[in-house]
Amino acid sequence: MDTVAPPAAEAVFKLAGVRYVYNGRQVALDGIDLEIRAGEQVALLGANGTGKSTLLKMLDGIIGPSEGSMQALGADVRLVTAGDEAFRFHREVGLVFQDPDVQLFSPTVLDDVAFGPLQLGLSPEEVKRCCDEALDQMGIAHLADRAPFELSGGEKKRVAIASVLSLGPRVILLDEPTASLDPRTKWVLVNLIRMLGQSGRTIVTATHELDIVPVIADRVVVIGENRRVVADGRPSEVLANRELLIEANLIHEHLHQHGGLAHTHEHEHDGTHAHAHAAASGEVRTFRDPGP
Amino acid sequence: MFTEEHARRRGWLQAVDPRIKVLMFAAVIIAASASSSFGVLAGLYLLLLAAAWKSQLPFELFVRRTWVGIPFFAGIVVLPSIFFGLPPRLFDVSLGPLQLGLSLPGLYGATVFVMRVAVCVSLAVLLVLTTRWSDLLKSLRALRAPQVFILILSMTYRYVFLFLHTMNGMFEARKSRVVARPGGREDRRWIARSMGALLNRSFKMSGDVYAAMLARGFTGEVRTYSTYRLGMADWLALAGAFAVAVGAALVSRWIR
Repeated sequence: MDTVAPPAAEAVFKLAGVRYVYNGRQVALDGIDLEIRAGEQVALLGANGTGKSTLLKMLDGIIGPSEGSMQALGADVRLVTAGDEAFRFHREVGLVFQDPDVQLFSPTVLDDVAFGPLQLGLSPEEVKRCCDEALDQMGIAHLADRAPFELSGGEKKRVAIASVLSLGPRVILLDEPTASLDPRTKWVLVNLIRMLGQSGRTIVTATHELDIVPVIADRVVVIGENRRVVADGRPSEVLANRELLIEANLIHEHLHQHGGLAHTHEHEHDGTHAHAHAAASGEVRTFRDPGP
Repeated sequence: MFTEEHARRRGWLQAVDPRIKVLMFAAVIIAASASSSFGVLAGLYLLLLAAAWKSQLPFELFVRRTWVGIPFFAGIVVLPSIFFGLPPRLFDVSLGPLQLGLSLPGLYGATVFVMRVAVCVSLAVLLVLTTRWSDLLKSLRALRAPQVFILILSMTYRYVFLFLHTMNGMFEARKSRVVARPGGREDRRWIARSMGALLNRSFKMSGDVYAAMLARGFTGEVRTYSTYRLGMADWLALAGAFAVAVGAALVSRWIR
């Protein structure tokens, strides 16, 4: 997915020197300069604690910057998220939280998916149409009457996405959508996210799973441990810069062993990797390593 | 209750619109509460057994759920009226200024009271077993309960399971690390700490949930979605329940 949206597209978000401080002392973002244009599929890469979730909440207008300026949908974020304007903003921009249990607060899946459209004051027929479309798009129509506690982790994530899709947003923000999922479920979800991107929406996905990035993003923004943007470019360029990824704590080196062969090389945080080694006999063998 | 296994069955009461069901049961509960006739209450109980059978509820489960608590709670309440009731008494015992005895009117009053409690509890059990919690909460709107009250109840019901799961994890994590027999004092201390930790967690989560609500356009005005459609069978069921309630009230005047 290595294509960049045309530069003429309108800026959906524009952040300049944005800082965010929790409780007046804990710095979560420290001078973020970022512009995201309509139709872009952006992966926000960063290690744990670099402020990705905070940045997504800010993009969704839930929190405002402590310092710096932020524009959303062409206007100051404080204006577009104040009073009745918040209605329009949340219809345009949807956030899928990292923990689906936070997002699924209603007694049934259908109630959760219907929550957004109901807040918009749509008629029951329109609410039904929005819900049906969102449930179908995520392939979970059969779960409509189920309670959230009856769902698996993957199902919860899909319902969480459907609950945002039912509002028909142009921009979807996803916070660690594939965290804690088994490989099959993870890739089903990755394909769904890719499909959402292909429908012309702006997708911003916060993750530290490098293997999904080329599939879901055409642009990668790396947030370093200094809580600033340290790289911004195409997936092929950013992911090829191993030094940058080590610096940002997205890959690391550690000693491990295959049979009688101990060695050190780079690893991603999650998932598996395959690599070749020359064994003592001179034979080159490929190993699949589960990672740390 | 957790699996809503019985509420998902294709029985008679499960097919009735939950709003209608709440009104039906409310009418019969009022009639039963106002009745002092053992015969009417016994008749109502038989009707409830028939309704449970038509709703594919296991007989033993339904009867057990009703009668397990009644002797303990209702029995204690009525015990004094049996022994301190008006004459005639089956026997009399003098304890100083007190006259104790098995009073026949007291015994009858206690039996009617226990029967009334049994009918009301059976109605509540029948309603809960044949209705999904989410439907039950939504249908409280039919009784004009405020939306915000229903929303809070729904969310409480939703998160009780999550915190139950968290608490269970905390207990298991502790159990896996305990290598000596802890004393009662240590147990109490741990429980108090766990309660505090869970409260902290629930407080943080409530903030996150509120943020998630805001993110989907919540402005403080509660709106709920209902897909219920009333049919002829629902109206017939409601008319039947009202007829039973009115009938019970009328018959109670003449039959003891």
